[in-house]
Formats: sequence, C-alpha cells, structure tokens
Amino acid sequence: MVNVASSALRQASRLGLKQSLSSTSTRTSPALSRVASAAATRASRRGYVSQTKRDNAQVNVETAIRLDKKDFMNDKAELVMPGSGNPANATVSPMAEVLKEATLMDEGQRPIYLDMQATTPVDPRVLDAMLPYLTGVYGNPHSRTHAYGWESEKAVEEAREHIAKLIGADPKEIIFTSGATESNNMSIKGVARFFGRSGKKKHIVTTQTEHKCVLDSCRHLQDEGFEVTYLPVQNDGLVNMQELEAAIRPETAIVSIMSVNNEIGVIQPLEEIGKLCRSKKVFFHTDAAQAVGKIPMDVNAMNIDLMSISSHKIYGPKGIGACYVRRRPRVRLDPIISGGGQERGLRSGTLAPHLVVGFGEACRIAYEELPYDSKRIKYLSDRLMKGLLSLEHTTQNGAPDHFYPGCVNVSFAYVEGESLLMALKDIALSSGSACTSASLEPSYVLRALGNSDESAHSSIRFGIGRFTTEAEIDYVLKAVQERVTFLRELSPLWELVQEGIDLNTIEWSQH
Amino acid sequence: MSIVSALKGDLPQQSRSLYRQLLRQGTQFNAYNFREYARRRTRDAFREHREVQDPRQVQDLIQKGLKELQMMKRQTVVSQFYQIDRLVVEGGMAGKETGKSGEVSRQKDTG
Repeated sequence: MVNVASSALRQASRLGLKQSLSSTSTRTSPALSRVASAAATRASRRGYVSQTKRDNAQVNVETAIRLDKKDFMNDKAELVMPGSGNPANATVSPMAEVLKEATLMDEGQRPIYLDMQATTPVDPRVLDAMLPYLTGVYGNPHSRTHAYGWESEKAVEEAREHIAKLIGADPKEIIFTSGATESNNMSIKGVARFFGRSGKKKHIVTTQTEHKCVLDSCRHLQDEGFEVTYLPVQNDGLVNMQELEAAIRPETAIVSIMSVNNEIGVIQPLEEIGKLCRSKKVFFHTDAAQAVGKIPMDVNAMNIDLMSISSHKIYGPKGIGACYVRRRPRVRLDPIISGGGQERGLRSGTLAPHLVVGFGEACRIAYEELPYDSKRIKYLSDRLMKGLLSLEHTTQNGAPDHFYPGCVNVSFAYVEGESLLMALKDIALSSGSACTSASLEPSYVLRALGNSDESAHSSIRFGIGRFTTEAEIDYVLKAVQERVTFLRELSPLWELVQEGIDLNTIEWSQH
Repeated sequence: MSIVSALKGDLPQQSRSLYRQLLRQGTQFNAYNFREYARRRTRDAFREHREVQDPRQVQDLIQKGLKELQMMKRQTVVSQFYQIDRLVVEGGMAGKETGKSGEVSRQKDTG
C-alpha cells in the first residue's frame, strides 16, 4: 500500500517537473500527436504487398560517392552541416550565432600568431597521420597477444625511427615521455640520484638562463643534498667555455645546458661543450625542445648523452615528448615513474599511439623540410629584424651572429613591454616564456644577460615558424612601428631623451 | 575507394594536372596560414624540381604529390568542419568584406 502511494507520488512529481521544465515540448505535442494519428490511419490503409523493383535494396554507388564537400556548402560557400545547426553551440542563445556570422568578414578579428616558442599549430599532415589512431586503430601498443596490439606497436616503432633519424640516434635510445619538462626532470634527477647514491658524485652544473623546469629540478636536488653550480652567461647569452671547464669538478655527475634558449634564441656551442664533458667523463644533458627540427642536431657529433625533445614545438601534438638516453657508453638513471616496465623501464605507463604517431610524423616532416624551412624562416626573420632595428633605440637581445632566426627578441627602450603587448592586441606575442607570462616580473633570462630592469621590461619576443607569411610580418612591422611611436609620445621620459638628456644623470628628487 | 582519380596523359601533362589540383585543393583550407603555406610549398616544390628529366624520378615525384593531394583532400574537409574567425591580416589591411562579384559590400570601422 505504502509502495503504491509513494510510486504514484513520484510519478506525479515527475510529470509536474517535466511540464515546468519543458514548456516548448508541450507546445509541440498536439502537432506531434496529430501527425502520429495521421500516420496511424495511413498505415491501416496501406497495402502489404509492394511492387518489386530491380534496384530497390541496392546502394546507388554513383550518388554515394558523388556526395562531395560541395553538398555541404550553401551559396555563401560556408559549410552547412546536415541536420541540426552546430551542436557545440546548441546551448548558446540563437542571437550569438547571428552576431558571430556578422563578424565573419574577409578581415577577421583573430590575432596573428607570432609566439612559436610557446607552441606551434599542428601541421595538417601530422593530424592526417594521427586520425586513424584516434578512430579505428585503438590497440594498446604493449599488447603482444593480438593484432590490435601489433599494429599499434608497429606504428609506434616507426615513429620512434623517425625521431631517432632526426637527431642521428638509434631508435632504441628514444624514450617517450609526456613532454620536455618530464624529460628534463627524468634526466637530471635520474642521473643525479643514480650516481649520487654512492655519495661520490653529488654535483651538478647548469646555467642561469635554463628553462624553469631545469632550474627547479636542480633546486629540488639541492634540498636532497646535492651541490649545484649555476653558471652565469656572457652578455650575448653564450656560456663561457673556460668558466664551464673550471666549474666541472671530479664529483660532478651531470652538466645540463640548453641548446637553443627559449627567450632569446641563442644557440650554445654544443659540440665544444660535448667534447669537454666527454673528456672529463661527465654526462652532458641538453634541453633541445627549441632546437630539434629547427637546427641540425646530431647526438653523436655533439657527444650528447641525454636530450629532451618536445613534440608541440615542431608542429606536433601537445602532450608528448621524448628523452634521448645514450646506450653506448651507457647512461644509467633512476626512473621517476615506476610501473609496468615500458620504455626500457625508464618511463612506465601505456604509450598514447596517436600522440606518438603524430610526433613521429612531425619529426619526419621536420627532417625533410629542414633546409626549406630554415631558408624561409631566415628570410622572414631578416625582414622582421631589419624593420624593427630601423626604429630608434631598439636593440636585439642575445648574440646577433649565433642565434636561431625563428626567435627574435628585441628591446624597445622607453616603452613598457607589457603596455606594448596590450597595445598589440591583434598580434599574439609574449615578453618571455609562457610559464612566466602571468607575472609582471622581468624575465630572469634577460637579467642574467646583464640587462637592466627597464630593458628587460621593454623586451618582446617574436617567434616565426613554418606557417608565418610575409603579409603577417609586414602587418606586424607596421603595427609595432605605429604603436611604439604612439607610446613613446605619451612618455615624459621620451621627451627628455629627445632633448638630449641622459636619463642616468638625472637626480630624481623623491625616490 | 581512392579519393584521387588517376592522372591522364603523358608525364608533363600529368604533372601539370597535379600542380593545378594541388593549388586548387590548397585554397580550400579554412585557416589562413595553412592556405598560404599549401600554395607556397606547392609552387616551391614544383620550381625546385623543374629541371628533373629522368622519367622514373618524375614518376616518383608525381606519386609523392598524389599522396600530398590525398592528404589535403581529407584535411581541407576537416578544417572546414571547425570554422574559426579569420585573422586580422586576411583580405588586405582595409577591413572590408567583399561580395560575390568582388565589390566591397561592407566596411569595418577600424578606428
């Protein structure tokens, strides 16, 4: 009895809820019922024997294939999906769609992307290689008992070969990780912990301009009792070889120096560093996230023992990277992640075949396109640099003859970098690495070069990549020229400079 | 089913046809940067191999081009599915929308 009453109550409340929630459905329901009744009457009158035709049950191949992209287009050459409008925007008010349509002009609102050091767009060729592994081929590459596993494993091994070829290594020396940050952590902490266990090798050498993840790993190791030397760099961003040689001690376990700096694009003398480390029998780790696929790299010619690679800096998917770990002479590390023993036991966990395949394809394309891309980027970079340096009081940061042309870092004196970035809303730029772009602190890399706070504040990094066009560079030059002039006109300091007063000689009355 | 029909005619004719098809397909990319890259890369690749005479090598290059064409046919469709607003550089610097026959139908106030 109680049961019946409660269920009736539940039903009634459900009905009430339905009615209050969906007033629209009640509006349409009479029409629906009418259709239903009509269909019912028609059905009752229908004959049960239909005429047989020869092609009734066959798919018309001709029309099925002809269904081309044009069939999805309306007269404005815009894509119209059959069925509902756009399911992703279904919850948004219908007016939003109208407004969006209104802004879709030949010239749009999206900023130009010039921050290729932060990340790069995924190349369509890479996406094309990835798509099968996101749809049909879903096997676990570590499954050895069935064909699903084998096909994924084959694809993974092919990708590994492409990556190895790009850096001149053996495919077995490539360990897939989640990105360059993990590779850096794995290399530095792994080697230091493995060799520090005996208590003899408890020293690490690195530079002040390294990426945050290297510096932070080192600081973490300092808490564990390791000693770390943070080498200063010269004014042009290069490491002084004598200083490096003096810093290496008998108890040094690893030297970690990045190949291409992410903020100023300076290329370190890797071959010399590698030779020095080999002669001192110290492991050499390099963070090559910004270098692989952009400048020629060869781990054997450069005597690199460990190298971090990132996929999303070379037009691959985000979320994957690799660590090169030399086998001969063997580099031994303490793995951070323990588990099923995948990847030679150095990095356990199931691989993501689609990401690995995308990464491999990105490396294959980078290997093939390296000469073409470098020529192109050099040309665009020269064009940009010439235009920017023709402005007054602008200087390039980093060694002018020893940097990767895709990374142009320029200081605009007497302009606040952040306000310039705000003024250049139509260009996606950054004043430093993406990790630190949230804070207004000046870049520690530029401070390490010996730049003043003002100069570090007024620096902007331009990243040029494979898909940057000449029109974009011209647009950027025009925009920067206009807005730097505008911002300087506002500045009282600029007036003083125009009058020929050296700002350093001014004694500010209240400070 | 192959989405690219076989090329007809002798080798020079085939390569010309491939060149035209690649260029035409490249304009279908929704993203400005990919569109421009497809055009530039196609043109530069054909210019680079302009002097190739060996029919076997030409055949290889045509096969490579056909593969790229297939990839582009798939990827242009994918790119059309996710429409994103255009870049500020597109359509010159004037901020205008052109109609079907190329006339300016709307002008944006760029202030």
